[in-house]
Amino acid sequence: MRQTHDSSVPETIPEKSGNGFWALAWLRFRDDRVGVVSIIFVAAFFIIVFLSALGAVASDWNKEVGIHDAPPDLWGLLTPVPPPEAMGNAAQRVAQTIKTAQHGEALLPSTVVDPLAETLAQLQGERMEGAFPESRVVDPLAETLRELGAEGMVLSAVEEKNAAKRTSLPFGGDRWGRDVLTKTIKGSQISITVGLSAALLATLLGTLLGALAGYYGGRTDDVLNWAYSVFNAIPYLLLILAVAAVLQQRGVMTVILILGLTGWTGVFRLIRAEYLKHRGREYVQAARAFGVPDRRILFLHILPNVSHVALVKVSLLAVGFIKAEVILSFLGFGVAVDEVSWGSMLNDAYQELILGRWWELAAAGGAMALFVTVFSLLTDAMRDALDPKIRETS
Amino acid sequence: MTAYIIRRLLQMIPTMLGVVLLLFVLFNWVGGDPAYILAGKVFSEAQIANIRYQLGIDRPAYVQIGIFLKQIITADFGASWSTQEPVSDILKTRLGPSLTVLLPLLVLGTLLAIALSLVVARFRRSLTDRMVMIACTVGMSISILVYIIIFQYVFAYRLAWFPIQGWSDSLWTNLTTFAALPILIGLCVGLAPDLRLFRSFMLDEVEQDYVRTARAKGLTEKRILWIHVLRNASIPIVTYVMAALPGLLVGALLIERFFSIPGIGREVLLAVERSDFPVIKAITVYVAIATMFANLAADLIYKAVDPRVELK
Repeated sequence: MRQTHDSSVPETIPEKSGNGFWALAWLRFRDDRVGVVSIIFVAAFFIIVFLSALGAVASDWNKEVGIHDAPPDLWGLLTPVPPPEAMGNAAQRVAQTIKTAQHGEALLPSTVVDPLAETLAQLQGERMEGAFPESRVVDPLAETLRELGAEGMVLSAVEEKNAAKRTSLPFGGDRWGRDVLTKTIKGSQISITVGLSAALLATLLGTLLGALAGYYGGRTDDVLNWAYSVFNAIPYLLLILAVAAVLQQRGVMTVILILGLTGWTGVFRLIRAEYLKHRGREYVQAARAFGVPDRRILFLHILPNVSHVALVKVSLLAVGFIKAEVILSFLGFGVAVDEVSWGSMLNDAYQELILGRWWELAAAGGAMALFVTVFSLLTDAMRDALDPKIRETS
Repeated sequence: MTAYIIRRLLQMIPTMLGVVLLLFVLFNWVGGDPAYILAGKVFSEAQIANIRYQLGIDRPAYVQIGIFLKQIITADFGASWSTQEPVSDILKTRLGPSLTVLLPLLVLGTLLAIALSLVVARFRRSLTDRMVMIACTVGMSISILVYIIIFQYVFAYRLAWFPIQGWSDSLWTNLTTFAALPILIGLCVGLAPDLRLFRSFMLDEVEQDYVRTARAKGLTEKRILWIHVLRNASIPIVTYVMAALPGLLVGALLIERFFSIPGIGREVLLAVERSDFPVIKAITVYVAIATMFANLAADLIYKAVDPRVELK
């Protein structure tokens, strides 16, 4: 028989707290080597997230500390590729191009390729034949280039500023020279916070509705079951995209609300089944006979007995929501432009990879894969420890 | 059986009405006045009034829901707000490319996962089994975005084994050239979760009495798994695959976006980006209907292959 008084998280239970349900679960958990290792990793991630949320680390992720696309050096372990020429520092290349142009020399064909040159030549050829009037063929950038050339001062200032920047960073830099390591820490903070908060919101909502449906049955159950079938009829990704389409706002809070308010159905089903099972049990009948109000029976008597189901569900949901947030942010429907998450990092990384800059992809994809892996392994271990009966089949 | 099907079809009606109501609330009230979205940045009050009249949103809510229902039944959602193309045409032309990728993916993916899960089931509870399961967890933890980005970069951009993106009018060219890499990516992404699930189906069967009997008769382990266990485990597998199809139609949207495949998923993304409400509404409604029918079909197949199942 499970005891009802002890509802704190299993990890914090001291060994001598008796043979309560959670204490037994903790004993089982401790024997699971994979579970113990994964909880250490998860704890490390949470410490980083916490420090980052407090502003102790990564608060300056938006600062351009390195040169553009600074290569990674892993604190000296990796020999960074010599930066400007070989790596193609965009600003310097433009500066050089303009200088050359100013002196009236021919542009180096190998370094500067005008993607429109062919079309222009073609158009000019056609113009010769009189197909187009002269005014139609104008280089749209000519004016700007001349202006830039005249403002050589500005360019040299940019070069000086660049000189003060670091030529390599531990995990490399992004297009703007922002430190990928700092960005990854900040991105982890946002993605993990969004995933966990949304999972908490969805679980609270699902537990509340599931408790009402399971305990009261009848008309309440019918209405809530109907709502469940409606939400379940629409594929999840389509539902969150539809909500994202109508909510024009972007940002962390919006994502949490979208995911939390649409993702409650799984919890609802589980908790409803649990309450159906428990409402006929003796302890509930006894409480009712004593005249305990429904509110207390629902949330003080029954809830502690089903909370382990909710706990496992929170962490399962968190994994799903982190993945969903990454996709939403990648597509531009997630976090705002001045925020960073694993998803928005992957979007930056996608564009950088074509130019051979692999480090942001490795950092964001790696951080996410590591966290989700250890978190999933922890969830598995937790489920095994909390419900030894289902261990056999899964 | 007939009575069961009729009852299930009748049960779909309140669910469908709920979907309609949810979409109506979402697109008319939660997101603000659609007329302002349609009017763009510069507008006059007269224009707004005109758009409201054209959309019918100046009429009472029940009339508007009636119009919405009529649109669903007649499959006439008017024209897209951004391209003016009729929504029904959009749906019709986008379904083909989506299915060109999805059907081969579904068949190949299911067969692959079945074969591998039987192999894994043979090593159940061993270290190999545990390692494969952990590898699956790791594989599932990597974002689908990372798979697509890396596969596209390596196989299409660097090695040039496949075109980077594109689509043609010929089914054969699409299947052999343009859909090949997307299908390969889909296989890799889907393998880990499918393998985990199918393995649990197999293990449910392995514990059954008939397996013990078969073993007592002296059958080889291979024969037990590939003939006896597989036949029984295929019931939940078929059910799962059937029910997953409509969701896949939308779920493949990232693959369609990266490879510019003109399918349903890419259309959803474009519509969300452009606030093209008629398109989103139409796709959501029809995918919801497809989901309900797929679930019904899955239950009927379940009944057909397993006579012990009672349909309630």
